[in-house]
Amino acid sequence: MRAVDALMECLKAEGVEVVFGLPGGANLPTYDAFYDAGIRHILVRHEAGGGHAAEGYAKATGKVGVSLGTSGPGATNLVTPICDAMMDSVPVVFLTGQVRTELLGTDGFQEADTIGITMPIVKHSFLIQHPLEIPRSIHEAFHIARSGRPGPVVVDIPQDLSRADIPYEPVTDVHLPGYQPTTDGNRKQIRLAAKALANARRPVLYTGGGVIASGAAEDLTELATYGRLPVTCTVMALGAFPASHEQWLGMLGMHGTRTANYAMDEADLIVAIGARFDDRITGKLSEFAPRAKFIHIDIDPAEISKNVPAHIPIVGDAHNILPRLTAEYRALSPDPKRLDEWWARIRGWQQRYPLSYQDTTDSEIKPQYMIRALYEATGGDAIVTSDVGQHQMWAAQYYDFPKPRRWINSGGLGTMGFGLPAAMGAKVGCPDQTVVCIAGDGSVQMNMQELATCSQEGIAIKVFIMNNGYLGMVRQWQELFWDKRYSQVDMGQWPDFVKLAEAYGATGMRLSDKKGLVEGMKEALATEGPVLVDVPVTREENTYPMIPAGQAARDMVG
Amino acid sequence: MGEPGTKEILSLDELEAAGSLRTGRKHVLSILVENKPGVLTRITGLFARRGFNIDTLAVGPTDDEAVSRITLTLDGALHPIDQVTKQLHKLVNVLKIRDLEPEEALARELALFKVSADGSGRSEVMQICEIFRAKIVDVNKRSVVVEVTGTHDKIEAFEGLVRPFGLIEMARTGEIAIARGRTET
Repeated sequence: MRAVDALMECLKAEGVEVVFGLPGGANLPTYDAFYDAGIRHILVRHEAGGGHAAEGYAKATGKVGVSLGTSGPGATNLVTPICDAMMDSVPVVFLTGQVRTELLGTDGFQEADTIGITMPIVKHSFLIQHPLEIPRSIHEAFHIARSGRPGPVVVDIPQDLSRADIPYEPVTDVHLPGYQPTTDGNRKQIRLAAKALANARRPVLYTGGGVIASGAAEDLTELATYGRLPVTCTVMALGAFPASHEQWLGMLGMHGTRTANYAMDEADLIVAIGARFDDRITGKLSEFAPRAKFIHIDIDPAEISKNVPAHIPIVGDAHNILPRLTAEYRALSPDPKRLDEWWARIRGWQQRYPLSYQDTTDSEIKPQYMIRALYEATGGDAIVTSDVGQHQMWAAQYYDFPKPRRWINSGGLGTMGFGLPAAMGAKVGCPDQTVVCIAGDGSVQMNMQELATCSQEGIAIKVFIMNNGYLGMVRQWQELFWDKRYSQVDMGQWPDFVKLAEAYGATGMRLSDKKGLVEGMKEALATEGPVLVDVPVTREENTYPMIPAGQAARDMVG
Repeated sequence: MGEPGTKEILSLDELEAAGSLRTGRKHVLSILVENKPGVLTRITGLFARRGFNIDTLAVGPTDDEAVSRITLTLDGALHPIDQVTKQLHKLVNVLKIRDLEPEEALARELALFKVSADGSGRSEVMQICEIFRAKIVDVNKRSVVVEVTGTHDKIEAFEGLVRPFGLIEMARTGEIAIARGRTET
């Protein structure tokens, strides 16, 4: 059997339903194998679009995404999605073609040192050196991508090796002696954490993307509800705790709610669960949560005490640890009344500082209003992807996510152009769900070309462009911190997104009147096939509240 | 620590944070890795991008041909050693890491010195060699090449003594280390 046919068998054995890719010289053998392998292949227009689509698929379904590119530029185009997947711990296997082994190192046509270029941004990578290595490496790649702290794995396959004939035997065991993630939390540490929690007077559960990755959202809700514990989520964790829950404080961090940030500031005990104390959360590290002790639950031991020293570290899978923590906590039957004062303080903040904006009285659409309108039009029941910028933060603030895997964004790397292809991947993974992308007029142009893919494949995503004609977040920073010197942020009124959508074979719409916005959005959602909706909004609106970079929660503005 | 259900008071004030402390001393990390291409690059790349500075590095085979040993030393005053080892552990090809305590480990370095040794200096250099149990491995009219093994400090001391005679060239390996006694690493 050709090695590439064995590769197909491996993909099937891993349960791969779909791959996103683009062929080229070095992966021609692989594409020949796809011809009759019976695995759905979606032909993207740019490898970056394929990489982000695989991420969107993985984030929406919890399965491993697969993305393909050829050697050289195909692989370098994948660098951004690989790095994005690394920063946000997304399980994706990237299969790249490589030049023939005899050409390796000769600066051959379309040769790039893919393994070298991607080394700092992968969870692991394999350079295939013998065709017999292919099946085992593929299975190892999937195992590494999905287990422990998930992440991207690159498998680089030289063209000549992929054509070689090999005897194929299914690989049923994967044994990696140097890779043994700890999933079981330490019993003593969990018990200690329960005691600390039972004695805390001002506790906060600070939850990150790890809660969603481990499937621990329900466990979190159970712990929080039983313990009457306040919960805040990072931008990666929205949906891990229902936004409608009365113990929900809103998102924390740079554009989080005042309540969430003030609660962190005054907390005596913070339980970090699958979160990594990013600078967008902590602000000025020396003034971050100065009164708090920290319980840090994470599957990646290197995250513990990396930025903020932990008092009670617990290494393991949140889905394993949280139910046990809840049980230990219950066994202590702590007095819920000890939190009365804390909740009174929190309710006070919530009343004084709700998320708010000055709405218009005419037909003009405020960006925040647009998000609420979309929430209404979708009934709050959609998978929402976003690009990066102001619209992303408004979506995070104003779309109340009820459950996990409904909010898909690029949190760590902050990749513009992520939203549209991620929506495409999410829709492929969840064809029965409504999938919308909240895009910026700047961001969306970075991977616009995938609209053609959506039209060709009938992938019915609904893209809503929050169009302020600016690179809005940069403009906001220039307004606030650079004396309103708007340098290179005005995008003008180009392109005409309605015409562009039509040119791509999608439906184009423009909704510019506040009245009828919800109805128009409903119409877009009901329209078959991919739809691109241009929504012109107030041009110079700022995303508030905000902790200016490098400052503390107490310094929030807006 | 009590059984579940007991209501011992745990004051939050009693909790102390551990980790990311700088130890202020030299650390010798003995790292067993899979003997595969690119593994050293992964390790040095990790050090480079996290801003960790390697003082010395030695790589060689072990008794198992599938496994190599990397011995590296770094300054615990400049780096949070626990963070360094945790990051190293994340590399799939890294099998085992041991932060060798100075008292439980034997560390040796090999050095070659080419020293001017003409006329009267020559016998003095040879005397120093004898004291240090160094071996003269090459001689000509003007210079000698000396091989010394020993601890880092011994080699430093040797260098200090022969330098006044005219140190023409020097090559040092960086320390390799092994734990004393019956342990395996």
